[in-house]
Amino acid sequence: MRWIAIFTTLALVPALARAEEQEARLKQAPGVDMVEAQCGACHSLRFILMNSPFLGPAQWDAEVAKMIKAFGAPIEPADAKTIGDYLKENYGG
Amino acid sequence: MITRRGLLEAAGGAVAFGSGGALAAPAGSAALQEDTRPWLSPSLPAGTRAEAAFETLAGKKPLIRLTDRPPNYEAPLSYLRTAITPNDEFFVRYHLAGIPHVDASTWKLSIGGEVANSDVTLSLDALKTLPAFEVTAVCQCAGNRRGLFQPHVPGVQWGNGAMGCARWKGARLKDVLDLAGLKNNVVEIVFDGADGPVLDKTPDFLKSLPLWKATEETTLVAYEMNGEALPHLNGFPARIIVPGWTATYWMKHVITITAVTKPFDGFWMKSAYRIPIGKFPLVTHFLSQETETTTPITEIVVNSLITSPVDGARVKAGRRTMISGIAWDGGYGISMVEISADGGKSWMEAALGEDLGKYAFRSWSHEFIPKRRGKLAFAARATNRIGQTQIHELIQNPAGYNNNVVQTVTLDVV
Repeated sequence: MRWIAIFTTLALVPALARAEEQEARLKQAPGVDMVEAQCGACHSLRFILMNSPFLGPAQWDAEVAKMIKAFGAPIEPADAKTIGDYLKENYGG
Repeated sequence: MITRRGLLEAAGGAVAFGSGGALAAPAGSAALQEDTRPWLSPSLPAGTRAEAAFETLAGKKPLIRLTDRPPNYEAPLSYLRTAITPNDEFFVRYHLAGIPHVDASTWKLSIGGEVANSDVTLSLDALKTLPAFEVTAVCQCAGNRRGLFQPHVPGVQWGNGAMGCARWKGARLKDVLDLAGLKNNVVEIVFDGADGPVLDKTPDFLKSLPLWKATEETTLVAYEMNGEALPHLNGFPARIIVPGWTATYWMKHVITITAVTKPFDGFWMKSAYRIPIGKFPLVTHFLSQETETTTPITEIVVNSLITSPVDGARVKAGRRTMISGIAWDGGYGISMVEISADGGKSWMEAALGEDLGKYAFRSWSHEFIPKRRGKLAFAARATNRIGQTQIHELIQNPAGYNNNVVQTVTLDVV
């Protein structure tokens, strides 16, 4: 795609913003490292906090599945379960 | 609840964003006290209320940060009191976190696909040599007020401020397309911006318009906003302007325009930005994208916002009080705004402000004298020139679009 050319020549901004960004603090509980690494690779962890606490277990599972199927997140099934369990346990509604 | 820690973190975040912008105090910063913050509705999810904070991006006044990567920042109520929203008060919304710095001197717009001449590429200077047109139009995120849905639905939890109204100037998209010469069987025009995903496998944000909408006189490739270059975070150096339709189609940092003869089936058309069919009173449809169950969100629904006084404000009994706000719709034009002070039993017509065109915010105001002390609830309801009016009960839909429920503010009469 054409944007890639422009992106690679001009785009140092996102990396810098990422490095300096003050990330949201998630609850320290089993699975948090996995969530920070996998979810935080593409987007701010504030998306999780913002969408809480109102999503039920099935809705959190659907969100994780969407990130993998629709958005191409390379997350193994076992890791997806760890992430889903963490979200349901700590940010479910 | 926002704590002092939250506010301090917000200040740190603003600096960390690397803007170098001054950390100016937001308008009405005196109101940044527990439970007296008019910029965060109590109807928002608790997690949103706890995490949202004012933050200053490069070239912007403080906006309400919902997320920083990708950046999603909305305008507080105090920025929406005028029919034109200044550039530095305009909301920011991105889907994907790969946001390049775009250099105007090297930026190019390519027009291709099913066209007679597929090699047309425009520099910014070349785009500006085409006849220029201006339109004043509301840019409103399809998900504005999603955060006020009950029950809540997942997504960016916007309050009222994922919108603004500006005077846009640019070339007509039709004139740009004519340079390449569309073939006869073109059905949609596809747009791509310079921003993109972090991962290769994430679908890039691409959108399409039906040919008829793409070639309307008011659909522009805009390079000016309120008489200035577009702010970086609002699509510099050029974006698509689609007056009357929600902002999902207003492609920022646009770099390619592609004519296609089949309905475009990218994720952001096929799966996202869809509403259940038959639930909303749309006049114009995007037929080539319609399925048996869903249709793309298109027109902005008729709506209004009370911007002053804010919910919970204290006013004096026996004193003249002005209630004011804005109203807008999908381009039919606002014909009436009504106010009710008795729970919707009776309605009084507000005075409409200057008419900046049928796609613009229409300011309105209504003066009254509260007589009795105690709580006084006011509601505002807008109607457009084709008789559409705001709804009293939310039309549920999975992605939280088209929330134009009549809003109520409650005043404390003392």
